[in-house]
Amino acid sequence: MRFEVKVEVSPREGIANPEGSTIERALPALGFVTAGNVRVGKVIHLQVDADSAADAKSLVEDMCNRFLSNPVIEDALVEVREG
Amino acid sequence: MSCRVGVVRFPGTNCEFDTVDAIHSLGGEAEVLWHGDSSLKNVDAVVIPGGFAHGDYLRCGAIAKFSPIMESINSFAKEGGPVLGICNGFQVLTEAELLPGALQKNAGMKFLCSMQRIDFVSTSNVLGRHAKAGDRLRIPINHFEGNYVCSPEVLNQLEEENRVVFRYVDNPNGSIADIAGICNAEGNVVGMMPHPERATSPLLGSTDGTTLIQSLLIA
Repeated sequence: MRFEVKVEVSPREGIANPEGSTIERALPALGFVTAGNVRVGKVIHLQVDADSAADAKSLVEDMCNRFLSNPVIEDALVEVREG
Repeated sequence: MSCRVGVVRFPGTNCEFDTVDAIHSLGGEAEVLWHGDSSLKNVDAVVIPGGFAHGDYLRCGAIAKFSPIMESINSFAKEGGPVLGICNGFQVLTEAELLPGALQKNAGMKFLCSMQRIDFVSTSNVLGRHAKAGDRLRIPINHFEGNYVCSPEVLNQLEEENRVVFRYVDNPNGSIADIAGICNAEGNVVGMMPHPERATSPLLGSTDGTTLIQSLLIA
């Protein structure tokens, strides 16, 4: 079966996120004074063939650990749906 | 016999010829090694120079770690061969897990290109043969992602094992503990963000990189 997968890569909690901090400092200039804790990550969309959603998830989690994210500074969240 | 240094070129590398010139000017031999080859051609040392290997897609160094030459560099390093990663080369070495930690975007979100003062903290590595701890060098940086990060455990280990090789005097990029360069436990693999090859002639504004490259040539 073909599955649609969304991988959300975000900066690990406790690791400084210069992009997020810069955006956070810019928001008040536009009047958005209530925003805080801005973090910038990335989203990767892909499709995989697997026997089940669980298999697809574990396959992509393996990709995340070895390539798509850097576990030293990033966390990855994998979402799977039937394609 | 002079030392032969292999200078690795990935698609997007742009400092290989500066590095080759610096090595030649100091009496060494240099050979550019293509990332897609797996042979290191019997070189005595390897430099992974600066640039944007594989366009820095996904993360700096993330795709480079899968290039065929990296497997050979990994074995070479494990056997004690001297390996120096400069700038993007440092990023490649962290992604390839030859050095711990990671390099992320500069704290000020600015691309930085400037002369920096750095202190030689530890000389127990392949770059330190002509130096003593505490030497202050002027070497330029040229990067957007030079902000070194690692876990508190790794930082403790680096400090305890005397593996912080260089620290910035005026931290330009937010690196943890002002780190500008580190080495592996054996001291044969060094990664640094400043560019020693660009500090090898008075015309370039500094000759302080000379001792580092000379040290590599006798490593």
